[in-house]
Amino acid sequence: MGRYVIRRLLQMVPVFIGTTFLIFVMVYALGDPVAAMFGDRAPDPATAAQIRHDLYLDHPLPVQYLHYMGQIFTGNFGKAATGQPVTELMGQAFPVTLRLTLVAFAIEAVVGIGLGLLAGLRRGRFADSSVLAFTLLVVAIPTFVTGYLLQYFVGLKWGLANPAVGDGAPLGDLILPGIVLAGVSLAYVARLTRTSVAENSRADYLRTAVAKGLPRRRVVTVHLLRNSLIPVVTFLGTDIGGLMAGAVVTERIFNIHGVGYQLYQGILRQNPPTVVGFVTILVLIFLAANLLVDLLYAVLDPRIRYA
Amino acid sequence: MRGAKSAMWVAGAAVVALAATACGSGSDSAGGSNDGIVRAWWGDPQNPLEPANTNEVQGGKVLDMIFMNLKEYDPKTGKANLEAADSITTTDQQNFTIKLKPNLKFSDGTPVTASSFVDAWNYGALVTNKQLNAYFFADIDGYDAVHPAKEGAAPTAKTMSGLKVVDDHTFTVKLTQKFSTWPDRLGYKAFAPLPKSFFTDHAGYLDKPVGDGPYKVVSYSKGTSMKLVPNPYYTGPSKPKNKGVLLKVYTDSNTAYADLQAGNLDVLDDIPAEQLSHAKSDLGGRYLNQPAGIIQTISFPLNQKAWNAPGMDKVRLGLSMAIDRNTITQKIFQSTRTPANDLTSPVLGASGGYSSDIAGDATTFNPAKAKQLIQEGGGIPGGHMTIGYNADSGSHKQWVDAVCNSINNVLGNDKACVGAPTGTFADFRNQITKGQMTQPFRSGWQMDYPLIDDFLTPLYASDGSSNDSHYSNPQFDALIKQANAEPDTAKATTLYQQAEKLLFKDMPVIPLWYQNGEAGWSSRVSNVTENAFSYPVYTDITVNNG
Repeated sequence: MGRYVIRRLLQMVPVFIGTTFLIFVMVYALGDPVAAMFGDRAPDPATAAQIRHDLYLDHPLPVQYLHYMGQIFTGNFGKAATGQPVTELMGQAFPVTLRLTLVAFAIEAVVGIGLGLLAGLRRGRFADSSVLAFTLLVVAIPTFVTGYLLQYFVGLKWGLANPAVGDGAPLGDLILPGIVLAGVSLAYVARLTRTSVAENSRADYLRTAVAKGLPRRRVVTVHLLRNSLIPVVTFLGTDIGGLMAGAVVTERIFNIHGVGYQLYQGILRQNPPTVVGFVTILVLIFLAANLLVDLLYAVLDPRIRYA
Repeated sequence: MRGAKSAMWVAGAAVVALAATACGSGSDSAGGSNDGIVRAWWGDPQNPLEPANTNEVQGGKVLDMIFMNLKEYDPKTGKANLEAADSITTTDQQNFTIKLKPNLKFSDGTPVTASSFVDAWNYGALVTNKQLNAYFFADIDGYDAVHPAKEGAAPTAKTMSGLKVVDDHTFTVKLTQKFSTWPDRLGYKAFAPLPKSFFTDHAGYLDKPVGDGPYKVVSYSKGTSMKLVPNPYYTGPSKPKNKGVLLKVYTDSNTAYADLQAGNLDVLDDIPAEQLSHAKSDLGGRYLNQPAGIIQTISFPLNQKAWNAPGMDKVRLGLSMAIDRNTITQKIFQSTRTPANDLTSPVLGASGGYSSDIAGDATTFNPAKAKQLIQEGGGIPGGHMTIGYNADSGSHKQWVDAVCNSINNVLGNDKACVGAPTGTFADFRNQITKGQMTQPFRSGWQMDYPLIDDFLTPLYASDGSSNDSHYSNPQFDALIKQANAEPDTAKATTLYQQAEKLLFKDMPVIPLWYQNGEAGWSSRVSNVTENAFSYPVYTDITVNNG
């Protein structure tokens, strides 16, 4: 187990270097960030040269990349276009996105597993078909459509929630965007649970449990659900990273000043430190989540061993 | 059966709980309704909030609220009136003596003195401070020493020799050459005074800027919001009529529009294009749409022989007359652009140099004459032209295609003109400033201050800082120089207009339309207007029952 973890951690190094370099090159390829600062006006060459020198843009790309990586390892992520340190932006953005992710995650887990269980137990009946139809619908509609629709109806027409998230992203305001963000994953969780439940409800151990005369509630929760959740937990684990990174659209629609918003601003203003910095952290989160899930396998299913 | 029921219970309970919390959040009111504070839309400023480093609207808005300059522009007429200055006098149009009003104070209680201005201007001009608006000080004697034009050259002085403090309330300015309308520039926020704290605690200043204007910043959380309240030390004429302004940064103007309709936002001056067609009815008429100090043009690359050959002026004029501006502004821009009939902007007013007939028929859609002119001039070079634009912002593709269609229809050739997109704005600008454009391209100009000079000198003078079309006409340069030296403003304006007239003969650019400023507001506020810069006039906004 220990050796496995070390090997996995070592594998992360090339992935990390590769992604940061790719992002760095891509942001660089977008064009000259200094020219964009001057708007419709021709940049004053002396001022532009000063800014370039300050941003280390007067060096060749590989040197810039090395310089940047060197800074990262000393905890310096550079400065955003507004002169704010990127670490400060991260300090503001990540907690907000994390909160949104957790809200979405809770909705996804509770509603998804609930619906899946309902459908799996009522296989072939009306409840099952309606869950299937519902999830199909949710998967088929793009996030920004559900986002704007819910914002318009729930937020504006019926006035049930604020159409935009207020200052500091209070938890109550995050529920509507949480539902939108959770949507697609929720459908997957529901379907995964349904299949798993449907399969396990014919398993021998379940028949034994019923034959033993255990109460139905105990059979379902302890025997059926627990065993059916192994694939679902795997999916939920990897999805945390996905939710954080996938919040760009949802954050924009609901005015959430999180990671997605900062990334968008960084790209718009062609500010490499912002984009590369945030993506680097996202990559790390994703890698860590993946490793955690792989380790969880062994915990959930004793038959799996890592060497 | 019991198990299924319990599963349903779980699912049902979850749904009910969610619905309950969702309802709960709905009853929260965002911002008190009786605090008399205007909640206004804001975009995150691109640069740190320093007067000489802010060259875009969102930062400019704030500077406008927290600074009072020597002169300020009247929100209605755009005329420059003395505010912080008691008098600005000159005998030779080159040496100016500026006297400040007594007892002016910054919002932190420190006095506004002559050196508040002189130090601020010297800071803005010094090349090592990397201020984007440094070139505004280029007319002041000694600018070359603090801001050498050559890339990488070190400044030989820290202060401009043309600025001299006489006493606490007086300073003198020596310009490099005669420039009679120079004092009217001083309303531009790059010329704002700065308090001592700007130089002693720069980082602290950027966290909470301090000025001498109608409002004072109470809190600023970068990228999210800024709260301003009336500045108790402000003695100028535009005292706020509300108890403060809360600027809220939105990630998307569609979201802001939804929030405006839901009553969580009071003023929105960036109505998304998708909502324009129904904004007026959505908002019950609480909507304004008026020309702003922004003109959109198509520039010709006159550094390319093909477009600068003899006779091409006729082709360029013909192309201008081949564009159906009225239809395009109505259909594509839902009338949020106003067809241009000069190269300035209606915000200047007739006395400021705007003229609706200066172009003659050069901007009138006239297919027959257009075709004739283009043919007389030898036709489009190579029989085919493109119009360059950047694809990453604005709806440039739509109007460029429409302009091309208009030209193609006139010429009866649907391959004569097509759009040529460039991926990003930065790349697009890069090609233009390097003079690499071989075909016409879109260009725009947002005025810095409401003076006709700002629409002409930087764009068409031979050494103009933004002369993208590489236009050069000694006659034009001479008229501008003469106008700059003319002490009488009215006469100077006439001279500028004579220079502008030359542009309609040479046609280095095609004037297309003026961009309009729009704003929508909630029923909670009244008296929402916009000034010449398309900023809402925040000081005039009143909160109903507030």
